Amino acid sequence: MTTTPTATRARVARSVQRQGALVILVIAVVASTFAFDSFGTTGNLTNIALQASFLAVVALGMTFVIMTGGIDLSVGSVFALGGVLAAWGAQYGTWAAILLPLVVCGAIGLVQGLIIARGGLPPFIVTLAGLLFARGVLLLISDEGATTYKVPPDSAFRELAQGSFLGIGYPIWIVVVAFGIGALVLHRTTYGSTVLAIGGQEDAADLMGLPVVRAKVLTYLASGLLAGFGGLLIASYTSSGVTVLGVGMELEVISAVVLGGTLLTGGAGTILGTLVGVLLLQVIKNVINQVGSLNSNWQAVVSGTILLIVVTLQRWLSRQVK
Amino acid sequence: MSRFDKDWVRRNGVYVALALLLLVNIVITDNFVSAGTLRLQLIQVAPVLLVALGMALVIGTEGIDLSVGAVMAIAAALVPLYIGYGTVVSLLIAVASGAVTGVLAGVLVAKVGVQPIIATLGIMVAGRGLANVFGGEIKSIRDDGMVELGSGDVLGIPYVVLIAAVVAALAWFLVRRSTYGRQLVAIGGNKRAAELAGLPVKRVLITTYVICGLLAALAGVLMAARSQASDPTKLGLLVELSAITAVVIGGTPLSGGQVRIAGTIAGALLMQLITATLIFHDIPDSTAQVAQAVIVVAAVYVQLGRKKSRKKVTT
Repeated sequence: MTTTPTATRARVARSVQRQGALVILVIAVVASTFAFDSFGTTGNLTNIALQASFLAVVALGMTFVIMTGGIDLSVGSVFALGGVLAAWGAQYGTWAAILLPLVVCGAIGLVQGLIIARGGLPPFIVTLAGLLFARGVLLLISDEGATTYKVPPDSAFRELAQGSFLGIGYPIWIVVVAFGIGALVLHRTTYGSTVLAIGGQEDAADLMGLPVVRAKVLTYLASGLLAGFGGLLIASYTSSGVTVLGVGMELEVISAVVLGGTLLTGGAGTILGTLVGVLLLQVIKNVINQVGSLNSNWQAVVSGTILLIVVTLQRWLSRQVK
Repeated sequence: MSRFDKDWVRRNGVYVALALLLLVNIVITDNFVSAGTLRLQLIQVAPVLLVALGMALVIGTEGIDLSVGAVMAIAAALVPLYIGYGTVVSLLIAVASGAVTGVLAGVLVAKVGVQPIIATLGIMVAGRGLANVFGGEIKSIRDDGMVELGSGDVLGIPYVVLIAAVVAALAWFLVRRSTYGRQLVAIGGNKRAAELAGLPVKRVLITTYVICGLLAALAGVLMAARSQASDPTKLGLLVELSAITAVVIGGTPLSGGQVRIAGTIAGALLMQLITATLIFHDIPDSTAQVAQAVIVVAAVYVQLGRKKSRKKVTT
């Protein structure tokens, strides 16, 4: 009874379902290392990790949102807004550059969370409005996008994303620490188990007396904060607040989370999976850049196709499990 | 407010809002009441309305289609590629591309069981890339037939407006009078029950995504024909959001099981009029976007009225 062929198949299917993106990532990295001399160099790999770190910070917040069965479409706009606020704030000192975007972006996340959790409005619509709102505020403070704020050359704020420790850029360290904290929060706190319970069955979580409303508000607050933080990191990295950033980023972030194995219905997923999803998307981009003859538009075609293949596989495998 | 009042607001709020905004414009906007203004507004709303009508059907099945903007861009990018074979051929090929993406979305949703938002997200990302690969940079369309389609009119009514009106009538007929429409609403209301009742659930779902894709592609071709150019990077950008908003403020619930065609038309007109009002009065884009965000949330809040328990997606 314990090891029937069906049970074995279910176990294999389940582990492939969880680790599918990791397997594809490893294959992609190994194959690219052999295929392109320039891929496997330390410089290129560090570059991939650094580029991925901005997306990863935002994707961490989205992972929690999706685990509650929700979605946050506002992150791209909030990310851009955070960057512009940071670059603008940098002229008043490093703390202004860090705190201003966190306060504003956190407030946007908080309001979205309150409307969703207390008002009972669909996350999709509320965060869609958040997308318009944040982009509007961004245009407002940048003279309809005409002004690009520069971080002063002597500002210590630049150090945040341009500095490095043991030869590895600060953003990468930040991502490692943030994901570590994220995993701890998910698996070791009441908030974390509430998030998973909401995604599993919201009504049941409510009946069990779990603080559903508070957990949902916190989740959207965290997503806003992290999107703003990602924005301030890129402002530090590029030394300026670029208004056109983040368009379509929400979809890239959602793709990364889904590729990482978090189910869009909520209730299941891993923090590490999201990191793998982000890296996979970044490796695809990098590889397509390496193939000089390929138009960079293929990045989107390949990312979209891989997303569809992975979700199809996930569906197919979950039927095998059942 | 009693439940009755809220229900009334949910059903008719969009018409009231539209009437009020029209009234406000008649009073405060110079030259608002003119054939030229009306004509331009209708021409501008037509493509969005086409997309919104397809979206209304998809939302009626408790689905969503994020790929419509990308599908518009693909269709528009195909027009200059095949224009050498004549207006009709290029038109047919471009519109047919919407059926292809629609079948893909429909099969992923109905047969594989992927969530609509993810299936169409994948098509959206890949589709926008594909449109860029096909289309490259902005290409101009110099073809008399296409120019006529985009800018011409019959009896003073622009073709694009006429097409949107005919499609709207067809959509109303489909939802209210056809077997397909009854099945669609039943599936959106309760998929499991529809399955047990022996309805052709998969076929209806696939058909719905194909209709949505075809309408999006048609909208893309019309926009390209009107501007006499295809711009794969920008064309149809964020249209999915306008379309979804039009459908939802028009009274079609995101939870499926109902399709309100008249409401969708009013919703699209209302969104168009909001944008136009802000432009008439030189309010900058930034403020317009903030205003739109607030209006969307307020509209949906009024529409939802009472808090409904969230339906879980069960395969």
